[in-house]
Amino acid sequence: MAQQLNQLRETASQTAGPYVHIGCVPNFSGISGVYDEDLGIAMVNEKTAGERIVIEGRVFDGTGTPLKDSLIEIWQADSQGLYNSPSEMRGTADPNFTGWGRQAMDMDTGVFRFETVKPGRVPFLDGRLQAPHVSLWIVARGINLGLNTRMYFADEEAANAEDPVLVRIEHQVRVPTLMATRKGDTYHFDIYLQGESETIFFDI
Amino acid sequence: MGNAKPETGAFFPRNRSLHPKAFTPDYKTSVVRSPQKALLSLNDTISEITGPVFGHEILGEKDNDLILNFARPGESALGERIVVHGRVLDERGRGVSGALLEFWQANAGGRYRHAKEGYIAPLDPNFGGCGRTITDDDGYYSLRTVKPGPYPWPNGVNDWRPSHIHFSVFGHGFAQRLITQMYFEGDPLIPLCPIARTITDQAALDQLIAPLDMANTIPMDARAFKFDIVLRGRRSTLFENRMEGN
Ligand SMILES: [Fe+3]
Repeated sequence: MAQQLNQLRETASQTAGPYVHIGCVPNFSGISGVYDEDLGIAMVNEKTAGERIVIEGRVFDGTGTPLKDSLIEIWQADSQGLYNSPSEMRGTADPNFTGWGRQAMDMDTGVFRFETVKPGRVPFLDGRLQAPHVSLWIVARGINLGLNTRMYFADEEAANAEDPVLVRIEHQVRVPTLMATRKGDTYHFDIYLQGESETIFFDI
Repeated sequence: MGNAKPETGAFFPRNRSLHPKAFTPDYKTSVVRSPQKALLSLNDTISEITGPVFGHEILGEKDNDLILNFARPGESALGERIVVHGRVLDERGRGVSGALLEFWQANAGGRYRHAKEGYIAPLDPNFGGCGRTITDDDGYYSLRTVKPGPYPWPNGVNDWRPSHIHFSVFGHGFAQRLITQMYFEGDPLIPLCPIARTITDQAALDQLIAPLDMANTIPMDARAFKFDIVLRGRRSTLFENRMEGN
């Protein structure tokens, strides 16, 4: 017999269910007077440095129907490539940028929308620079464990071509599922849970 | 976060065998919402190991008291009064300080306050159904509420959810993000529930069932249930490759 590792086991996930808005964005769900404001609604203020952008899109199920009851969170670096986190050891991020956003999708159209800034580049494990990207976490009724993916910027062709995560994806034909396309200040990013254009989801 | 040294280690790989699979046809909604291709393995970069901080200043006085936080002045929510308390730990057994917990639930009759909710049980004018708190330096938290009622839901023709409280947990890193549900010890609906049964590892399901905690019950007021939550642990930073610029 060897010693025990004494490692605990992570608590198992359960679906966020149809009423996740009550807990995470109660004002959006119509429950007012408990919290002043829903968390994660505002990522920027008038002093935030960097290029202002909007990220907009929908999440589609396997029948091509957009989800209307899902919740999305994003996490990203500031315009200089620094995270607003105690675990950020490389410098101090823009205090006027939270880096974290949470949005419910529109209950009629299924569109989600984040007002943020274009992130700078951050290093991979070996020091090579990653292309600018946004990390996403998607939960909903019918999703048993939150889905992790990344959004890259299609107009960052040079950076994307050398991104350490993108270049080692075996099925390069799927890489476009991670690319947001630009129109004016808005980057459009649709997520497909199933089907031919199923988005790449990560085990992080 | 107290005065603890910031954590910069990568998270332990997620043990996905204790989580539900994405495709669980007995829970019908999962059929068209489950990715079918394999997940792409990604060794944690700084994008995954970092996360935002939520300070205690965001909290209102009654945020963790669902009996009062929506009630009219002088009134309170109807139902069995309970306290739920416990610790947020990581896989190494250390308390996770500063973790944001958000919880939501049906009222004592099993009815949610939501536009899409159609169950015939009545709304309680004094119950909203949401609450939140932040763990202390030891990872400890507590909340007060009424025990949620079980409710029927459209899946099978006669499926009922056991009494449960939904928990959203935010630790220190984006890769620790977790949503789960707490069940109550002794509820006969748990083994019948298609959502509870998406977890096939019995020990993992047992870990979601809060025991009655008579030692912490408040006499003549509220029973207590204990619910500990475990988030992913991190590698020690000792001997670890330093990140660029570190
Ligand atoms: Fe529920």
